[in-house]
Amino acid sequence: MTSTVSRSGAVAADPMVPRTFTLLSTHADTRDTFTLELEPTDGVRLEFRAGQFTMLSAFGIGEVPISISGSPIEDGPLIHTIRSVGGVSNAIVTSAPGTQLGVRGPFGTSWDVTDAKGGDVVIITGGIGLAPLRPAILELLAERDQYNRVVLLYGARTPEDILFGDEMRKWADRLGMTVEVTVDNGPHGWKGRVGFVTQLISRASFDPAQTIALVCGPEVMMRASANELRQRGVPAGKIRLSMERNMKCGIGLCGHCQLREHFICADGPILTYEVLAPLMQKWEL
Amino acid sequence: MTSTTRTLKVEGLRKLVEELRARGFTVIAPTVRDGAIVNAPIESIDQLPRGVGDQQDAAHYRLTERADGAYFGYAAGAQSMKPVLFPAEELLWRGKRDAAGAFTVQPASNEGGPYALLGVRGCDLKAIHIHDAVLTSRGFSDAHYAARRAGALLISVTCGSPAGTCFCASVGTGPRPSEGYDLSLTEVIKGSSHTFVVAVGTERGAEIMDALGASTASEAEMAAADDIAKDAALNMGRELNTDGLKYLMYANAESSHWDDVASRCLSCTNCTLVCPTCFCTSVEDVSDLTGQEASRHRVWDSCFSEDFSYIHGGSVRESPRSRYRQWITHKLASWEDQFGMTGCVGCGRCITWCPVGIDITAEAAALRGTPSKARK
Ligand SMILES: Cc1cc2nc3c(=O)[nH]c(=O)nc-3n(C[C@H](O)[C@H](O)[C@H](O)COP(=O)(O)OP(=O)(O)OC[C@H]3O[C@@H](n4cnc5c(N)ncnc54)[C@H](O)[C@@H]3O)c2cc1C
Ligand code: SF4
Ligand code: SF4
Ligand code: FES
Repeated sequence: MTSTVSRSGAVAADPMVPRTFTLLSTHADTRDTFTLELEPTDGVRLEFRAGQFTMLSAFGIGEVPISISGSPIEDGPLIHTIRSVGGVSNAIVTSAPGTQLGVRGPFGTSWDVTDAKGGDVVIITGGIGLAPLRPAILELLAERDQYNRVVLLYGARTPEDILFGDEMRKWADRLGMTVEVTVDNGPHGWKGRVGFVTQLISRASFDPAQTIALVCGPEVMMRASANELRQRGVPAGKIRLSMERNMKCGIGLCGHCQLREHFICADGPILTYEVLAPLMQKWEL
Repeated sequence: MTSTTRTLKVEGLRKLVEELRARGFTVIAPTVRDGAIVNAPIESIDQLPRGVGDQQDAAHYRLTERADGAYFGYAAGAQSMKPVLFPAEELLWRGKRDAAGAFTVQPASNEGGPYALLGVRGCDLKAIHIHDAVLTSRGFSDAHYAARRAGALLISVTCGSPAGTCFCASVGTGPRPSEGYDLSLTEVIKGSSHTFVVAVGTERGAEIMDALGASTASEAEMAAADDIAKDAALNMGRELNTDGLKYLMYANAESSHWDDVASRCLSCTNCTLVCPTCFCTSVEDVSDLTGQEASRHRVWDSCFSEDFSYIHGGSVRESPRSRYRQWITHKLASWEDQFGMTGCVGCGRCITWCPVGIDITAEAAALRGTPSKARK
């Protein structure tokens, strides 16, 4: 999309101007993470691909990049899952139903999970990182028979921080997904696994030669995961990571998200480890 | 070039400004303000810095007097035309919210212009075309820049007196621009004769020359203009070896030289503010006391600030050495991958306006392991 310019100096179709969406509901997923349902005030559904994000703003407070966590194939409201960590995210999750939020987008690249048809899919994530992957999971589970093994490895800090716990159980019990959950710190009574999610990779069941891996989490965790996957023999070009960078525009213009030659907002956020490996290995790039 | 080269006398230059104003252009041209060359709106050529020259070196800028009464006898001023087409602060939209939390958004329109930019240096002209590529040639465009740019008329000048920090000849952007202008002036002063040899780059430029009744330049006048450009190219204060520069920068990502630069760099952001190609911005939301009215602004930002790369938990580029590396690597290397061109036009401003005199050409030469050419 390019903007049109009229001679009068009026600015048409400025991609920096948001649409307005009405907040329908907010659901507390964990103590600090909330899922919001939003409806466009102009009635035009926001079409997106799994892995894309929007620039979401609280009126007068600010705008931040947030991945879409709803289904890309079913009709319905725009869904975002947000961890409250600071000024803008907190203002968004504490907005009352009926409040309008600003939305620009969707922007960025997709998980392109359908490339994995006929083979295995391994999804490795932790904490809030599951939210950007949920659309890809819903997309592939809708055509579950097109894939071989589908494995989700998920890590959370504590059992209380596990996101979409009920839904993960449903994916495992009824929809043919292998789900392994681990926590960094397990209290007394926790019967599940304790340890880092990266430790699950070496034992997970998938065919490295026929696998696409989707990884989302803090950069150290993604680097460690990618290393484990490489050790198992998954080619770097089949490992997809969703990168996080400061973003002020989402459309390749503000320069904030640059990782050397890549604008993470436009060339990413999802890029292959083949592209990222040499860059992630250098300090503070 | 769509037409033959013309000439104007001083009176012709005066009429050019009058003609542009009569056509509704706001004419932006060099003026003197606070001891520096500053681009500003002018009404007449009497506001141009006549008889003014300059002296520039690392962390040094001073205006001088010229006896020849030249109108364009100085090199790059403190700012390029960047603030005209891409202002440091731009209103993006205003909004109003009602009691129920619903809000309406009113996109900003552009005020001012159309602009005729007069006296654009070769380096700065190239910088405008670089901004065209950055801001209007990809998936999304900066709508405000695009609107201003669409109406702008570009009149460049040949740099006859390059400064000590200039190196446009090394990067091929000057001292005489070869394309990308409507009109391009070369000021020729010989004894009592004072003329402007005008290369015509567009139909629009030709039509303006016709309207002024500008005569065709003689062979001798064109040769005199060529000589000025040739001499200036030999008088650059600095030089940048661009051979394999991208690979040099990428290969040196973890060089210990960054520690050396960091020991001098103050992270003051001056270089990015004066650089005609730097385009990084942030957005700021402002709301009134009631919180019912708000506006969003796009403001210049700099990769030298720590907040620039902040993500929850800490900045990606926490250390000053990583920020200097980002800046110079972007200019001289990643820009090429992103836009198919270098991000440095050789204007020398970052050298002149760096309070501690850090020199992009010297740092690049140091990474190459060769001594730099700094005229001292
Ligand atoms: C592509 C992408 C997708 C994301 N998807 C989600 C998601 O689905 N759910 C979710 O909870 N979070 C997501 N984030 C992170 C989210 O953008 C930050 O948590 C948010 O910007 C924090 O803003 P704040 O003002 O609340 O926090 P503060 O810590 O007060 O941040 C101050 C400012 O720094 C910047 N900033 C801080 N942290 C980040 C960050 N992690 N990424 C980018 N900019 C940051 C923002 O401009 C922010 O306004 C995503 C980030 C990116 C880049
Ligand atoms: S990097 Fe320095 S010399 Fe190059 S264009 Fe920018 S300010 Fe001018
Ligand atoms: S050098 Fe820095 S401030 Fe300038 S355009 Fe590049 S990233 Fe932005
Ligand atoms: S977020 Fe602005 S360029 Fe990527």
